[in-house]
Formats: sequence, structure tokens, C-alpha cells
Amino acid sequence: MTTRINQTFAALKTENRAALITYIMAGDPNYGIALEIMKVLPQMGSDIIELGIPFSDPMADGPSIQAAGLRALGNGQTLQKTIDMLQEFRKNDTTTPVVMMGYYNPIYIYGVERFLQNAKAAGIDGLLIVDLPPEMDQELCIPAQQAGINFIRLATPTTDDKRLPTVLQNNSGFVYYISLTGITGQSLTDMSDVVTSVNHIKAHTTLPVAVGFGIKTRAQVEQIGQVADGVVVGTALVNAITATLDSEGNIRDDPVKTVCDLVRELRLGV
Amino acid sequence: MIDSDANERAELNSYRNRPDKEGMFGIFGGRFVAETLMPLILELEEAYETACKDPQFKDELEKLLTYYAGRPSKLYYAERLTEYLGGARIYLKREDLNHTGSHKINNCLGQILLARRMGRTRIIAETGAGQHGVATATVSARFGLPCVVYMGATDVERQQPNVFRMNLLGATVRPVTTGNATLKDAMNEALRDWVSNIKDTYYLIGTAAGPHPYPKIVRDFQSVIGDEVYSQILEQEGRLPNMIIAAVGGGSNAIGLFYPFLDNKDIDIVGVEAGGFGLETLKHCASMTAGSPGVLHGNRTYLLQNEDGQIREGHSVSAGLDYPGVGPEHSWLKSTGRVQYVPVLDHEAVEAFQLMTRIEGIIPALESSHAIAEAVKRVPKMSRDKILIVNLSGRGDKDIYTVGKLLGMDMQSAF
Repeated sequence: MTTRINQTFAALKTENRAALITYIMAGDPNYGIALEIMKVLPQMGSDIIELGIPFSDPMADGPSIQAAGLRALGNGQTLQKTIDMLQEFRKNDTTTPVVMMGYYNPIYIYGVERFLQNAKAAGIDGLLIVDLPPEMDQELCIPAQQAGINFIRLATPTTDDKRLPTVLQNNSGFVYYISLTGITGQSLTDMSDVVTSVNHIKAHTTLPVAVGFGIKTRAQVEQIGQVADGVVVGTALVNAITATLDSEGNIRDDPVKTVCDLVRELRLGV
Repeated sequence: MIDSDANERAELNSYRNRPDKEGMFGIFGGRFVAETLMPLILELEEAYETACKDPQFKDELEKLLTYYAGRPSKLYYAERLTEYLGGARIYLKREDLNHTGSHKINNCLGQILLARRMGRTRIIAETGAGQHGVATATVSARFGLPCVVYMGATDVERQQPNVFRMNLLGATVRPVTTGNATLKDAMNEALRDWVSNIKDTYYLIGTAAGPHPYPKIVRDFQSVIGDEVYSQILEQEGRLPNMIIAAVGGGSNAIGLFYPFLDNKDIDIVGVEAGGFGLETLKHCASMTAGSPGVLHGNRTYLLQNEDGQIREGHSVSAGLDYPGVGPEHSWLKSTGRVQYVPVLDHEAVEAFQLMTRIEGIIPALESSHAIAEAVKRVPKMSRDKILIVNLSGRGDKDIYTVGKLLGMDMQSAF
């Protein structure tokens, strides 16, 4: 199968630049604004969108993304509304790949088969489910691939030579290398480790390798973009949205404009 | 040939041969964790299997259980309670008499030895009521390892004596303010710590939940409870009990009592969940009676959740039962019908707490009081020649403030 993700990476290869992958939490700060932000992301230079599925207990996320998820849930976001959001987005954009990212339980409760059917119909391209390692592939990974949806796997600094083939098996679309052991939103310090790890993964797969966790600035995007095929920025966008809200979560500044400015700046890095 | 067929049939009919090698108890259990943690739990599984085959490990653990924790704990015939209720003979498994005052020490001693074998130098844990936190801080002090305990800020408030105990033992208690600031959030935070400090840190999980192999490891270390009961009741009564009862939060004391008896199919086994204010309210923690299967904290199990798969907060008068999930083996035992799970309300538990204190001179933990309350309901309906065993999993000193408040006496502000 060829997905929008495959096409995007192929096109970027001819341009000889890395993909800018941006993450937003679906429904943060509310459904309407999140949809607006999603719609402008490609215009600002985002090549791939990661759409976060809010979950009450995001074990691998730092305080920023946790808070964003709880805000979204507090404003009535559900998995159904996240699928609806994607469907709305696809009315005007049929080319930008969208990867849904989150935790398994909301999908499990929605029903795997029903989810794959509805998400596919809405225009999903990939899935990245944090708490589904290869040992759990029968749950969602294999059914998703059969439904024509890429299943993107996380490789981490703890993924050694023995483990890497297991991680790469059944991985499609791209490999997401987590540049540090820990949660989202921490600071990236050691660049040389990242370079070594990305090259190591590339020696084992023909899939593009994207790097995420701890990347916040244009300079970091530029650095990572020189070794990786994609650069993921998440917490920085979530923080930018958070900065436009008061402590009660009411909007006091323009979140859409703030995110636009940030993404436009980040895009100059690739 | 015939023999091996018979063995195979016995295997199929056994309730004691789970989890399978993927960590599954039927559809429950598993390894639903971030990739960063996978190499660690695979390493733990291997280390545990190696340790189990090592007589030196067994020997060291047995010595600690005997001379440090004070095992075996007594199986006590509750004569006055039996007379009062006028039915089956009631025995109490006195886990409250262990060092640190609950069954939690059994598992902590086992796991700290594993941590040492694995070369880990820093211990982390989550705690609700503080019993597991105290037991972890205790074994960390005993082996000279730094210890960080995550505890919901709400629980820190309502369990001050245990917080101070952990501090005295040299542990750092980190109050967790995310989410609803209770046990579930403490577990999230402990997992975040672990994923950030993988090289030196051992996560000492206190209940029979979490990703494989934790539910199995905790069950095995807690099975000392049921193993002792098995021989103690034979010694005292010359026969096995008719019914065994234990309270279930995550379910470590319950699985420890139940596991050795699972294949004795004429013994009734009852797990008691926290019914809180009642199942018709949302203020309870009866995940098996009123919840549905879902995935949280590394395993598939019964959970309190809404129709979107978001986890709901529960409520129980007992902080140790205040958890929206349950160990996966209990979920499986429920689905097979081998164990019956029932809810007991807050006020019933508090009444049983008072009854046990007045009649037997034993102050039970509010967690254990749930099991006692269920026994109080059942015993009068059973004939006098029957035997019922209740797991008295912990002592209730920690709960006197909570009970005092409910009885109109606020001691915390008095001191």
C-alpha cells in the first residue's frame, strides 16, 4: 500500500529536506479552535500532522500535554469528535498526512474494527499508540495495516541491537525515534547520541526516521533535520496554545495566530 | 501416554497455570507499556525466572520473612466473633501482625532482593493508604537504598502518620497533584519517573497489577499467605475451610490468600470490593462488579471508565481500596466464575471495624474491614460445622483518624 505518508517522504527526498511534523491535542483548547489550528498547520509549513487523542491517564507525557488532554476532555472532546475533526479537516486538505497519536484504551472501548473503519473513512493515514509495543501487535497494529493504515512505532535509547528488529517488524510509514528516555516536554541535551542512534536505525531499515521529544526551537529543528528524515515538535506547540489561555483555561490571546507564528519559524529550520 | 494426557487435562482444568508466556490471564493482563519500558520488563522477567531457580535466593528470602517480617503469621480462631454470629467457625489470618503492620512486606522483601540482583540502586514506589509506601521505605532502609514514594496529594493529607513514617525511614515522599491526586495518579507519576530513570531505578509495584511480569511476581510473593493458611488450618482443624474471604483493591492480599486454594473447587472463594456510598452512585471502587474491561497501567483488566474509555475516579473510605482498576488475575477469575466478587459499602466496613475491635480486641485496617463485613453477612447463614477464613491483611492504627472523623471525633486537629 502507498499512503500519504509514503508520498510525502518520497516528495521531500527529492527536495532534499526533512519533514516538519507538528503535534496538537485534538480539542485543545476547544473543538473549534483546535480544528482551525489544524487547518492552518499545512499552510504554515507543517508537512505531517500528529493529532493527539486525549486520555485521562497519559503515562508517557509530561505536564503540558497532560494538561492539554484534560482541557480537551473537560470541553467535551471524545474519540468520536477527534474522528469528526479529521473528517472536517479533509474537506479542504486531501494531501497532508495525519497520524493519530495516543493511548490504546479509548480505541479499545470504541471498538477496534469500528475505529479503523471510521478513522479510515475520515482520512487517517497513520496510528502511533504509545502503550502498544510489538508484543501486543495482534490488538491493533496488524488490523490497522490490513485496513491500509500505517502503524508507526517508537524506537528509544533503550532499543538495543537485540530489540531493534522486533521494533522494526510490522512498522510502516516511518520510525519515530524518541530522542530521550523519559516523558514529553523535557529538554534535549545530547545531540551526538541522537546522530549515532538515527544512523544506527537507518542501517537496519529503509523506512524514514523521524526524531521527537525535547525539540522546541528552530535551531534544534535545523540540527535534527540534518540527520533525520523528519523532526517532530509537540510540547512547544501545546505550550504556545497554553500561553494564550488564562489560569481557568479561558482564551485571552489568539491561539491560532500564536501557533502560526511558531510553526512558520520552525519551518525555516528544515 | 495415558499419564501425559491426564497431566494435560489437569493442566487445562487448573486455575493455577496462568499467566501464559505473554503474560495473559485469558484476555486480561499483558504488556501495555511504552517501548522505553519494554527492555526493562523483559529484563525483570528474566531476572525473576533465574532467581526462582536459585536456592540461595529462596533461602535469603525465607530468612528475611522469618526473622525480619516475623512469619509465619498466625491463623487465629476468632472464638467470640464466632459465638456472636452463631454460624461457621471464623479464622483470621493475622497479616496485621507482620513487621510494618500489613501483608505488603511479603512482596517488598521479595522484590528488593530482585532489585539487588539486577544491580539497581534506586527504588521507587506508588502508594495509596501508605501501607505499601511504608513497607517499601522499610526494605529500602534495611538494604541502604534511596527510595522515592509517589503519593496522591489527597492521600498525603488523609494519611499523615504514614507519610511521617516514610520520612523517618529515610524515604522521599513526592505528593502528586496531577489528575485527581490519588493512587491512580501516583502510579502514572511513578511510571513517568521510571521511564526517565531507567538505568539505575527499580519500580517496586505494590499490588498484583501493572504490566507482566508484575502481577505474577506480586502474586507469587504474596502466596506465602495462602500456603501458610493451607497447612495451618489442616493442623488446627484437620480439614480445609469451606470459604475464604479477602478484600480486593488492586488485589495483592486477596490473590495471595486465594492462589493456593484455586484448584480446591469445593472451597468457596469471595473477593470483596469497595462499594463506597453504593453502586448506584459513582462513589465506589467496585471495578469488577460495576466496571468493564479496559487497558490502564500496563494491563487489560476491569476498570471504572466512561463510554469514551476515560478512567473515572472512584471513592472508598479506605484509601488502600481507592483504585479504579484491579489486578488482571482477579478479572480472569471473575470471568471464569471461580471467584465471586461482591461490594461492601463504606458504612458496613466501618461497622465491621468497630465490631472486630470490641469483640476480639483487634483493630483491623479499613481495607480488611471490608472482608470482615462480608463474613459477618455470610457466617450466620452457614452451619456451625463449617469453617470460614478471613484475611486480616493489615492493622487499623493508620485508620483511627478516618474512623474518628466519621464517628464525630476529629483527632487530627486535636493533636
